[in-house]
Amino acid sequence: MDVVIASLPDYLRGFGVTLILLGVSGVGALIIGTVVAAMRISPVPALRGFAAAYTEALRNTPLTLVLFFCIFVLPNLGATIPYITAACIGLTLYTSPFIAEALRSGVNGVPVGQAEAARSLGMGFGQAVTLVIFPQAFRMVIPPLVNVFVALTKNTSVAGGFFVTELFTVGKGLANAHGNAVIPVLLGVASFYLIVTIPLGLLSARLEKRWVVAR
Amino acid sequence: MSSVLFDVSGPKTRRRSLIASIVSLAGIAAILAWVILTLAAPRQSSGITLPGSFDRSRWDIFTDPSVWRTIGEGLVGTLRAAAVAAILALVIGVLFATLRTAGRRWIRIPATIALEFFRGMPVLLLMLFILLASSWGTFWAVVLGLGLYNGAIIGESLRAGLASLPSGQREAGLSLGLSRLQTKTYIEFPQAFRQMLPVIVAQLVVLLKDTSLGYIVGYNELIRTTMNGLGAFYGNRYLLSLFLVTLAIYLAVNLSLSAIARRLARRRGPRRPGRGHRGAPTGSLSRTAGFPREPENSAVE
Repeated sequence: MDVVIASLPDYLRGFGVTLILLGVSGVGALIIGTVVAAMRISPVPALRGFAAAYTEALRNTPLTLVLFFCIFVLPNLGATIPYITAACIGLTLYTSPFIAEALRSGVNGVPVGQAEAARSLGMGFGQAVTLVIFPQAFRMVIPPLVNVFVALTKNTSVAGGFFVTELFTVGKGLANAHGNAVIPVLLGVASFYLIVTIPLGLLSARLEKRWVVAR
Repeated sequence: MSSVLFDVSGPKTRRRSLIASIVSLAGIAAILAWVILTLAAPRQSSGITLPGSFDRSRWDIFTDPSVWRTIGEGLVGTLRAAAVAAILALVIGVLFATLRTAGRRWIRIPATIALEFFRGMPVLLLMLFILLASSWGTFWAVVLGLGLYNGAIIGESLRAGLASLPSGQREAGLSLGLSRLQTKTYIEFPQAFRQMLPVIVAQLVVLLKDTSLGYIVGYNELIRTTMNGLGAFYGNRYLLSLFLVTLAIYLAVNLSLSAIARRLARRRGPRRPGRGHRGAPTGSLSRTAGFPREPENSAVE
């Protein structure tokens, strides 16, 4: 326990890097994911096919392999980027299809009768989507999106295996330095992750419960 | 194109859609061509000219059967860890679900805490934990880490499955004179399992993908074998080709498993109209009709 308290600054530094990874790749994935989801439901078949292929390919590739590509293969191809940027790119790419699927399932989850009702009232495409479909889809999308971010928080630890000194790497270093206090040190690391993941998980469950009843 | 959101398109719209399709197809093709040409072009690096990525000299190791044998060993390592971890995860999942729905509070509350703990932790940290705190080696670190984490998630989805059963099922079991545990094992679990099968299979695909974390903790699975072992042995020249082969293997294995998951979802998805979906028509707005939510989405990464 003393070890944990004594190395609190190290923990916080690692936690800061973890939060940076989470923030940057979270925003990046949200942007790319939205674009991909829009492509996926667009009326243009070529875009739809591309988005589907993108989603399937990235969703079935392990994160380790994606990060490996960004950290080792990209420099080998001539790109010179710092490790943390490469890790952010990898996490963004890996997370974006999950965001896209969450968004798409939200739109698909709106009962078709809603759209029919809107159309039969004489609303156009824009009106039906913005006034009827989107407000309902939004509620269905938020809980799965929060879950994607919980997963992303946990996934940032994989970047620790690729030269990014974040929480996991800090914990590993501390555990190696204090061989007699491995369990407290790692429990310390775990609690930092749990600080982020458990409240987010509770939030998602609450929103889901509240909004499902409201529908 | 028969979406309710649009009017049935006339000739003008159809032509416009065709043009948009061709333009975006050309755009995508141009990007792909650029990537391929850039990869194929020879590159100057610190005075030496490296041959392009698709040059024979960068792929010739794949004619050697021993390379494929090594890759095969890596794949077996991955599949073995995944298989053992999957069985473990199912057992732990059933255990967690039983404990979490137990009648006694002193069982239920600690089980809930343990479940939240394992669910909220990165799998990698769990593996490191087991690796450092025990002396069972990297294989068991990977397997136990994956088993505990995915067990917690499967347990949670089984619990959701139990909760979604009509309470008459349980009451009928109890009124027949079965004990609580018997009711759970003979009546509730089989139905919950069936209800949640798509989610569970999707979670097992995630588990297979996560065996790649063995790369970081030092277990010789596919990525470690190809990228570290073969990559270091044959030199960086082959890094991209090895990466592409590894990617192809992962995609082949995972896509076939995902296809099975999807088929299961179609065949035995939840029959009852989902709670919270009031009203009968639960069609979807785009052509990929089917379920309110696809099984993969419910899998936790």
